[in-house]
Amino acid sequence: MRLTCPLCGPRDRREFTYYGAEEYLHRPGPDAAPDLSQGGAWDNYLHLRDNPAGPTRDLWYHDQGCAAWLLVSRNTLTHDITGVELVAARKGARDEA
Amino acid sequence: MRLEGKGIIDRTREVSFRFDGRDYRGFRGDTLASALLANGVKLFGRSFKYHRPRGLLTAGPEEPNALVEVIGKTSRTPNTRATMQEIFDGLESRSQNRLGSLRHDLMAVNDLVSPFLSAGFYYKTFMWPRHFWEGLYEPIIRRAAGLGSLAKVHDEGVYEKAWAHCDLLVIGAGPAGLMAALTAARAGADVILAEEQPLTGGRLIADGGLIGGDPAAQWVHRVEAELRAMPNVRIMTRTTVTGAYDNGTYGALERVGLHRSPRPNLPRECFWRIVARRAVLTTGAQERHIAFPMNDRPGIMLASAVRTYLNRFGVAPGKRVTLFAANDQARQTARDLMAAGVQVAAIIDPREDVSVVEECPVHAGAVVIDTKGRHALQAITVRKGSETFRIETDCLAVSGGWNPGLHLTCHMNSRPRWSEEIAAFVPVEAAVPGLAAAGAANGSFSTHGALTAGRLAAERALAALDLRAPDLAVPAAEDTPYTHRAIWSVEGAKGRNGRAWLDFANDVTVKDVQLSAQENFASVEHMKRYTTQGMAPDQGKNSNVAALAVLADATGRGIPETGTTTFRPPYVPVSIAAMGAGGRAKGFAPERFLTSDQASRDRLAPMIEAGLWYRPSYFPKPGETTWREACDREVRMVRGAVGVCDVSTLGKIDIQGPDAGRFLDFVYTNTFSTLPVGRVRYGLMLREDGLVMDDGTSARLAETHYLMTTTTAAAGQVMRHLDFVQQAFCATWKLRLISVTEAFAQFAIAGPKARALIDTVLDQPLGDLPFMGVRPVSVGGVEARLFRISFSGEEGYELAVPVDYGEALFRDLVARAETMGGGPYGMEALNVLRIEKGFLTHAEIHGRVSADDVGLGAMVSPRKDCIGRAASQRPGLWGPEREQLVGLKAAGAISAGAHLFRPGFAVERENDQGYVTSVCWSPTLDSWLGLAFLTDGRARHGERIRLVDHLRGIDVECEVTHPVFFDADGGRMRG
Ligand SMILES: [Zn+2]
Repeated sequence: MRLTCPLCGPRDRREFTYYGAEEYLHRPGPDAAPDLSQGGAWDNYLHLRDNPAGPTRDLWYHDQGCAAWLLVSRNTLTHDITGVELVAARKGARDEA
Repeated sequence: MRLEGKGIIDRTREVSFRFDGRDYRGFRGDTLASALLANGVKLFGRSFKYHRPRGLLTAGPEEPNALVEVIGKTSRTPNTRATMQEIFDGLESRSQNRLGSLRHDLMAVNDLVSPFLSAGFYYKTFMWPRHFWEGLYEPIIRRAAGLGSLAKVHDEGVYEKAWAHCDLLVIGAGPAGLMAALTAARAGADVILAEEQPLTGGRLIADGGLIGGDPAAQWVHRVEAELRAMPNVRIMTRTTVTGAYDNGTYGALERVGLHRSPRPNLPRECFWRIVARRAVLTTGAQERHIAFPMNDRPGIMLASAVRTYLNRFGVAPGKRVTLFAANDQARQTARDLMAAGVQVAAIIDPREDVSVVEECPVHAGAVVIDTKGRHALQAITVRKGSETFRIETDCLAVSGGWNPGLHLTCHMNSRPRWSEEIAAFVPVEAAVPGLAAAGAANGSFSTHGALTAGRLAAERALAALDLRAPDLAVPAAEDTPYTHRAIWSVEGAKGRNGRAWLDFANDVTVKDVQLSAQENFASVEHMKRYTTQGMAPDQGKNSNVAALAVLADATGRGIPETGTTTFRPPYVPVSIAAMGAGGRAKGFAPERFLTSDQASRDRLAPMIEAGLWYRPSYFPKPGETTWREACDREVRMVRGAVGVCDVSTLGKIDIQGPDAGRFLDFVYTNTFSTLPVGRVRYGLMLREDGLVMDDGTSARLAETHYLMTTTTAAAGQVMRHLDFVQQAFCATWKLRLISVTEAFAQFAIAGPKARALIDTVLDQPLGDLPFMGVRPVSVGGVEARLFRISFSGEEGYELAVPVDYGEALFRDLVARAETMGGGPYGMEALNVLRIEKGFLTHAEIHGRVSADDVGLGAMVSPRKDCIGRAASQRPGLWGPEREQLVGLKAAGAISAGAHLFRPGFAVERENDQGYVTSVCWSPTLDSWLGLAFLTDGRARHGERIRLVDHLRGIDVECEVTHPVFFDADGGRMRG
């Protein structure tokens, strides 16, 4: 498996560390309800994940490279990698937090 | 028997080798199989279950019978295919799967009781009584059933791994592969041509023929020479492509040194990972056997193997050979033999309407129904219509048709398609993205067909690569249509115990497959598991299709309706040592050394691992006999005078920018933006789920410049975390961060005389540096940083210099300390000092504790958001039902990992009150001390608790205390 880091080019997967689903980018506000009983924004954010058969987006860290966090679009059925973008440069990143 | 003038072995280079304790001679270019065959050896091994005598069936990687052990000075490699092992001077090998000698295998009794050992035998017989399994059945079965034996020593051989990239990977260098490689190479593509055999040419080596009017060998030689001269081509012989993986990645095993006398540093094998933008599969085809009764005797081999032994190795596999084949192409075998002067007894062809014009007798419409000869074939029985007759023969060449070598096309979950036309499975298109099968691997069996398909496959790849295909004509070559009749099995005469083998390696017969169908294991997947067909080292290469055909027949279905066959990687067995090359010892766990490493070893300090780091455990003095003596002395030394300790393993992260303080406020539970320049603050970091990630100090070096320290254990995790938080949530903030862990050497100087020691090493007087202050200083003209922080509870400093000066500074500090009654201290003393003070390490913040658990709940600021704050407020993460950090004092030895119980309560899981994380003997307090997590612990100081460690046999009562045992108000470290 190879990922094409926008900064470093195509690199072997051994250079990357996997983190988890794209969902980790959508951090609830500090006052969002923590528990499922109260709506569960934080619970969702921390613990509830889809297990998609098909397209998915997840987060990889180029720790043996440029230290960029990457948002990778791939397909769990075909193993195709359809896109890699910098987390820091993605649309909307500039408005959060 | 070797034939004069035949074969392409090097007759000028004699090679001597051993097999089963006897010396033999062969020639450079021989395999173990061909050299032994030339010496008249026909018996190569014993079969797996019945221990039937077995000889060579093939001349290639699919060999199921001739599996031998190759014995080196320090290695023993079982299940080596004699057909692939090239001989070299001193090669030592022996047969396997026998008890006693190969000719008189004591386990051959299995063959006599074979009616009881049919398919499913183990499942049915060894069911009951259940407790007999472990003690009786399993050891017997295991000893009897293993193929080869383990050396039971570490494989000390050298293995390599390597990566390669190319535009086009051509897998197999037969006519199709050579043509594909030539086409792509002339177009300028980067080409890797991988060939399993030591030489290129594929079946052209054995089958000869003419290409473009010249002998095929000349064409092969010309093409190879042209390819070798091109800088964009790499020819990899002795390299088997073993698997097809995602994104154009292929695994390949190169036999680097297995064919040569071992010498130091010569790798045995190299496992390649080849990344190819396009690939062409030109692996040719594998011939099929026919399941006629007693078809497994030594001397019965595939017709193509006979041609290979004859034409490549110059060996006649018999004196009087018979051919049993249902296709025209196999007749070449008989003609080649006769041309070489070998007698051909007859051609047996099951087809009625075929030519009988040959230089030898031809029996059309005939089949072989029995064979004779215990250790080697002596005669066959032939049935033609209603008559049967016997032919004396010592070698029977068989061809039941051809299976395309499509294995790699199945590696990514695709199944092949049944072709009625050639009665074989063929690859479907795009089974593996970017890989196209061509030539015989794609079911096109003529030489001209292979050449044409090879060129076409390369042209298509070039189009995908945006390269222009060269104008390259396909030379004229043999182009006869493949004429054949599918014949899978032959019934024996009535009343004869006619066993017809399908899977030689696992001893699966036609009868076993029929029995499987009869017992309703009628799906191909069930049949395979019931009979173990296809599960031996050859992975069903010789038997999958025939077994499927027999199953189809037994269940009254067609082959496509019965199922398909599939193959998984690896294509051939791959040694784990090759796949994991470089992953042993230091390759698995590299070593990280402190700048003080040599200085510590000079003082005979035993080094202990801390992650990948090596740190001094303690510094023994003459007369000290235990580590405890040294440790106690070092603790007293720090509390009484001054100690020096290398703390460079702590993670150091440099954070700069106008928003650096704001960023720290977001990743720490407490506030750093208000920290004055020149000051240090203890910080607590949570994970987003509210549990403690790490702790450490951060210093404000300048208005927009902070330096964070992390624990040794969490340095990598914290760096990754900070990068994530910054890039995901604070991308617009003005700051940058980078790890500087390895840029600085940092030494703790602690004790009542620490200040005095510091004063002697600084270039300028220090003046006043308050507790939790930081200041740039100069040491011997080198810019350094001095922090006043303490992990020992004494007045403490940490002095950081660029790593190049680390060793010199450490030696200097230790020497100066020794003149003041101090010296170096190691990990053991460091641990005692911090336990006495109740300071945390990852023994306590082990990933399951909250800030409140360790008594730091108040550090989670309610006035700001931070990572982990929301989740840390969840009920269940704080309160009296949680296990909270406490101290333990005991008169006797206690242990980390012990569990806590109320005195008088049974030591049972239900009564578990908590557990111990750290312990030490405290020379300062003359007591055993422990840190522990105890249910509602903060409210229970003063209580007695029972500490139990079954593992170490410890059961003592302790006093529950505050976790800070010594100098609770911190007067000593504030100075
Ligand atoms: Zn990168």
